[in-house]
Amino acid sequence: MPMPAHETMSSDGGKCCAVLELAVRNHPGVMTHICGLFARRAYNVEGIACMPTGDGSSSRAWLMVNEDERLDQVVKQVEKLHDVIEVRRHEGGHPVFGGLEPYFRS
Amino acid sequence: MFRMTGAEVLIRLLERQGIQTIPGIPGGANLPLYDALSRSPVIRHVLARHEQGAGFMAQGMARVTGKPQVFFATSGPGATNTLTALADAKLDSVPVICITGQVPRSMIGTDAFQEVDIYGMSIPATKHNFLVRSVEELLTVIPEAFRIAASGRPGPVLVDVPKDVQCAEVAFASWPEPGLPATPRDMPAGDLIRAAEMINSSKRPMLYLGGGVIQAGAAGAARAFAEKGGIPTVMTLMGLGAIPSDHPLSLGMLGMHAAPCANLALEECDLLIAAGVRFDDRATGKVEQFCPGAKVVHMDIDPAELGKIRPAQQALVGDVGQALQGLLPLVEDRPNQEWLDRVQALKQEQPMRLGDAKEVRSAYGLIFEAARLAGPEAVVATDVGQHQMRTAQAYPFRTPRRWLTSGGLGTMGFGLPAAIGASMARPDLPVICFSGDGSLLMNIQEMATAVEQHANVKIVLMNNNALGLVRQQQELFYEGNLFASSYGCCVDFVRIAEGFGMRAVNLDTSADPAAEMARAFDHPGPCLIHATVDAAQNVYPIVPPGAANKEMLKGEEYADACA
Repeated sequence: MPMPAHETMSSDGGKCCAVLELAVRNHPGVMTHICGLFARRAYNVEGIACMPTGDGSSSRAWLMVNEDERLDQVVKQVEKLHDVIEVRRHEGGHPVFGGLEPYFRS
Repeated sequence: MFRMTGAEVLIRLLERQGIQTIPGIPGGANLPLYDALSRSPVIRHVLARHEQGAGFMAQGMARVTGKPQVFFATSGPGATNTLTALADAKLDSVPVICITGQVPRSMIGTDAFQEVDIYGMSIPATKHNFLVRSVEELLTVIPEAFRIAASGRPGPVLVDVPKDVQCAEVAFASWPEPGLPATPRDMPAGDLIRAAEMINSSKRPMLYLGGGVIQAGAAGAARAFAEKGGIPTVMTLMGLGAIPSDHPLSLGMLGMHAAPCANLALEECDLLIAAGVRFDDRATGKVEQFCPGAKVVHMDIDPAELGKIRPAQQALVGDVGQALQGLLPLVEDRPNQEWLDRVQALKQEQPMRLGDAKEVRSAYGLIFEAARLAGPEAVVATDVGQHQMRTAQAYPFRTPRRWLTSGGLGTMGFGLPAAIGASMARPDLPVICFSGDGSLLMNIQEMATAVEQHANVKIVLMNNNALGLVRQQQELFYEGNLFASSYGCCVDFVRIAEGFGMRAVNLDTSADPAAEMARAFDHPGPCLIHATVDAAQNVYPIVPPGAANKEMLKGEEYADACA
């Protein structure tokens, strides 16, 4: 049975509280732009799911991240990326990662 | 129907963007571009001696004109050499477009000769970047690169173009429109009214102007705003020139090497009106103790800057010029005389002290003499170090977009190529490049470019045979343990300049250094003006790294003056 989103655990044992839903342009390199931004701000992305939408010219990316005091700033920086069309923030999680949970059982 | 190669399309698109000068260096992967460039009737190519130099020339052109400028490099080492100039442009928000050649698409990912993933490498150093995947894409990517570089907060863009894309033919019906900066969104009237209420009810307001004011072309608006409200004003390193240094409301630069009066006035203010600034640590000192009693009105075009370091009671997101103009009619025309008197007293009691500035051969003396000889229209570039901070402290700035310095990245080697670029974009203006021996050696090869272009650049070299600011920090903060901060070999810069075919004068051996300097300035074209300065002389005041601005060290200049 899928774990409820708010019980999704992060690598350090803390609860992941925020899920970001990004509408992005779909081309090779867009994930590097997004993941690189988090990486160089030492902000861990706990989970990623990304699939093309519609005609394939754009994608939807789901990021599971820790909710800490830097999240506002990092979201503003994500919004500045040229390939990011929109960012929606789901506080308190989102079921999307719970649905993937069966594929991540050891 | 038009039919031509990708290289021809690209050059034509640059012409349509109004590009007139492209510094760069050719190599295997961008030779098709160079072949097409050779036939351009309007674009002049300037052959740099290092791709970093080409990047800083483009920056020099962009900083004085405010318009995006282009530079070229080939793949591999040519491309990696551009990264410092790009990172520098990112931190100082300068619109430059770097166009690199790349190995042919079929060879990407094979570790081909001179192949490097410059797309991946340049992500954190640029505002945005592109790897062009088809010849058709050039028609959208190039205008888009210009639009991105110049819109909102400006910044660098890299476009990587595989060689086979340059060679491929494309047929198309019409040219795309040139890429222009997006129109900034309107400032909400409510925000302006609330900001104006805070300003009108404050007793001790201070205006804090940064590079964003220069970028927005808002220097005039800032001055009008300061004058109407009677608001004392400080500027960041990047904001110098927004208001003339000798303006009665100006306290000069704030922060690490500010005049004491500037940092002390900020300490007392009850409202900080921050315009086009990002609360950089060199400006704020220990941020928890910066303007401790002040509320903040913060205007910036980049929403990510608002609240990043210091929360603002009122944020104004958008064009700084629009914000200042919007505030102007709302701000009451009744300056607080008590506060102005207090600031005036601080200016009298705690001014910038410049030691032996009357001696032409002293560091400050060289700055004043060069300023006098070059006149009020001059463009002033610097490298990074003690000479840079002294120029920021002492130079009589009057006009925006005439001050070129590497603020955010602090890149030694910036000065000479940036000065050459400025002189190419504005050949009508004299250009001074203040430099130190450590910095000048980092891009000295561009002396050849300066000579070739007959760039009217006067290099004022303050030579202490040391990394002066490093030496100073070791003396003050590492118990005087001077290590790796002075050079064993005394470079003969005069002979080096002459070896490049550049005129050079040595003030050390001159009987009349002022007259010698005047002759150097009178003669058009590049010239090195060499003067030895004392390595033991520190730049004061200095706020120790990590300390609050009020904890500045003032050094002997102040001890003498107070005695």
